[in-house]
Amino acid sequence: MGTLHKLAQNTTVRLGAGVLGVLVLLALLAPFLGTLNPAAMDSAHINNATGVRGSFALTGGNSVDHTFWFGSDSFGRDIYSRVLYGTRISLLIGLTTALLAMGLGAFLGMVAGYFRAADAVLMRFMDGLMAIPSILLAIALVAALGAQLWTVVVAIAIPEVPRVTRLVRSLVLTLREEPFVEAARALATPTPMILWRHILPNAMAPMIVQGTFVAASAVLTEAVLSFLGLGLPSDIPTWGNIMAEGRVQFSQHPGNVLFPAMFLVPTVLAINLLGDGLRDTLDPKFAKR
Amino acid sequence: MLRFLAQRLLATLPVLLVVAIIVFLILRLTPGDPAAVIAGDNATGEDLVRIREQLGLTKSVLVQFGIWIGNVLQGDLGYSYYLNKPVIDLVLQRIEPTLSLAVGTITLSVLIAVPLGALAAWRMGGWLDRFLSAFSVAGFSVPVFVTGYALIWLFAIQLDIFPVQGYRRLSQGVWPWLQQLVLPWCTLATIYVALIARVTRASVSEALTEDYVRTARAKGVSETAVLLRHALANAAVPIVTVIGIGVALLIGGVVVTETVYAIPGLGSLTVDAVLNRDFPVIQGVVLLFSVSYVAVNLLVDISYLLLDPRIRY
Repeated sequence: MGTLHKLAQNTTVRLGAGVLGVLVLLALLAPFLGTLNPAAMDSAHINNATGVRGSFALTGGNSVDHTFWFGSDSFGRDIYSRVLYGTRISLLIGLTTALLAMGLGAFLGMVAGYFRAADAVLMRFMDGLMAIPSILLAIALVAALGAQLWTVVVAIAIPEVPRVTRLVRSLVLTLREEPFVEAARALATPTPMILWRHILPNAMAPMIVQGTFVAASAVLTEAVLSFLGLGLPSDIPTWGNIMAEGRVQFSQHPGNVLFPAMFLVPTVLAINLLGDGLRDTLDPKFAKR
Repeated sequence: MLRFLAQRLLATLPVLLVVAIIVFLILRLTPGDPAAVIAGDNATGEDLVRIREQLGLTKSVLVQFGIWIGNVLQGDLGYSYYLNKPVIDLVLQRIEPTLSLAVGTITLSVLIAVPLGALAAWRMGGWLDRFLSAFSVAGFSVPVFVTGYALIWLFAIQLDIFPVQGYRRLSQGVWPWLQQLVLPWCTLATIYVALIARVTRASVSEALTEDYVRTARAKGVSETAVLLRHALANAAVPIVTVIGIGVALLIGGVVVTETVYAIPGLGSLTVDAVLNRDFPVIQGVVLLFSVSYVAVNLLVDISYLLLDPRIRY
């Protein structure tokens, strides 16, 4: 409990976690916060200014009174609803990408750190992977796999894997010489068990710190991919594709780009702050990459 | 010295080979038949067979990789199905805007970030230091395209000082070229300045605690000389390293910035190629960018010899 207590005392952690908590609530409660179906279009409400009120025609002939807090886009969709629902996708992608990159990186890092035979080949491969600028690698992967939720997550996670692998490998290299690992080996503990029970738990703190930064960059990368028109199709609203849609008529309707940005920036900032705070409390030795 | 250069060059070869394998394999992952993409909807079975023969798709993957790498080494990056041109010609056409954007950004960033970082380290905890650390956090959290649109909105639309978008070639005159590039440079420089300034601050502040700085101050060397000749000179290696590593970020930023400012460079070529599923172009550009990144970092490695006379290989 000591660690949790220390975390709760840290202002940076509190601030980051607080903002993220609000965003999670917004994402979960999106249907109850005066939103419309984010994919619904009404041709009577194309390019509304912010704050316009009017009745929105639903499919099936009914209509509802609605205030377009953030205006509407060129298809007549409500930006406020799209931005709020977009929170779900951004948070989901940040979390799943971080978990995937950490999982793969932990596995490969343990293999490279513990089995010397695999080390050379694996790390040369990682060097090559790191030599491809990460956004380009993600773009090429999305091009190859097509743009769906899981392919976008994979495409963003893979460029992050080498850094996690390197981190875990370096941790394993020191941990494997520790007396408790030696003792486990002397007791003929099977190697997978040593890795799982003795090495992994001790590598967890720096991995969580690294995972937080992966999540922050994943949220950014998803927005970039969508913004370039290479991410998820626009029937799934994401902050990036709302901005992509709005960029054509930016000079007339800057809100379509600026409102999603007002959510995106604090989100990334909050995750980064959380990461900084976690690093300072959990693991002062490891500097940010 | 020569031996060191040869060793460093040789060490990059495996990296480049792995890069080539990855780039080649990624586009093999593509579901669907490239021949069908090229042939279009009205193709007959015979057309498909012929196109597959032409593309060498009937040979084994290993042979295909060998042929591809052989071509690449001879400067043949393949042929764009969509634009009907050799990829290398497309690259050459588009390289000037991208180089202008990238080189200008690096120059601007270094000119801003190194002095600011050094001054922040010199008066640590002062207002400049606090401003700079806030700026660094923001620089990493605000996506390039948001900065880009904010700058366009303020300087091009509201104040009407710079043109909104587009690119003029250098051959059309230096002034129009410069005018078009000021906003893209400033946009892309935000992340780069954040990155370089942070490392400069850290390494200069470390150098300032060294004994030789105390000695220099004790014998009455002026503070400017202490900061420049003693602290900054000794902090040069990490600064140059981060400039090299930052090129990966810069390349990603170039792709986005070119899209925001409608600059017809390699980045917008890549984006268009992905939208048109023009795989040889994607392959060529990704390979080219990665090789440039590796090359820049090789130069950075070599520059250590000049920056730090203690380093002898």
